[in-house]
Amino acid sequence: MGAHEEHHILSYGKLAAVLAGLLALTLVTIGVSYVDLGFWNVPVALTIASTKVTLVLLFFMHLKYEGKAITWSFIATIFFLAIMITFTFWDVAFR
Amino acid sequence: MSTRVDSTGIKLGMWIFLYSEIILFGGLFVLYAIYFYDYAGYFAEGGKELSRFFGSLNTIVLLISSFTVAASITAIQQGKKKMSIGLLIFSICCGCIFLVNKYFEWGAKFHHDIYPNSERLVNGEPGINIFFGLYYVITGLHGLHVIIGMTLLSISLVLVIRDKITQERFAMLDNSGLYWHLVDLIWIFVFPLFYLVL
Repeated sequence: MGAHEEHHILSYGKLAAVLAGLLALTLVTIGVSYVDLGFWNVPVALTIASTKVTLVLLFFMHLKYEGKAITWSFIATIFFLAIMITFTFWDVAFR
Repeated sequence: MSTRVDSTGIKLGMWIFLYSEIILFGGLFVLYAIYFYDYAGYFAEGGKELSRFFGSLNTIVLLISSFTVAASITAIQQGKKKMSIGLLIFSICCGCIFLVNKYFEWGAKFHHDIYPNSERLVNGEPGINIFFGLYYVITGLHGLHVIIGMTLLSISLVLVIRDKITQERFAMLDNSGLYWHLVDLIWIFVFPLFYLVL
């Protein structure tokens, strides 16, 4: 990264498209919550939430346009978060 | 002598702080997951007591404010100061709307005798008590983050007005924006886990 690093400028149009996607997914998650999917209730809700979060991270937080340091440190954080959640859960589920 | 601004370093510092926030809320979500495993039925029952209307409204308000914050950064990068100021004021107003909604929501719960250590929760089912305990801790901590986010956005707003944040140097606004988006991220998980559980 040189002294003159270029800042990526996101256009209003692109940001608005992301917002539209987020609002649409919000409606989907509310709609789905009225349908009892049994075991799949929580996985479906979390998948939609994760998709929304990914959109926010990639575009609003411009993670898509960051360098390696931020990208990989972020991935490492999510990796450790996943370890924290799954290992704790396994402990409780198979005790 | 010229001072060189390391904008990547500034941003990386902010991200490292955000990682600690992710782990902080992650810990609370682990707690939620474990108790949900034990008391799924009661969590669904508790979730039905929460207002879907306020939950959905607040989700939409936060998503829109996240968009306007991102747009205000685009505006400042293009040198449109007035546009950036307008978008920031709008975002801060969204934060206020969120908190006012939260006030009414919590107020209604208090009215129904649902608050930490209330008679109804203490003498009722432990599952319900735990659900509302988590609800108050997580939404409370999130609300605190909304207030901090609004403070950061307000400081950025003043700095934009005073020309301290400009087209060339906008790291402060950028980082305040990142914080605001984090607040939004957490809410995206809070909303289905508390308001929409079946």
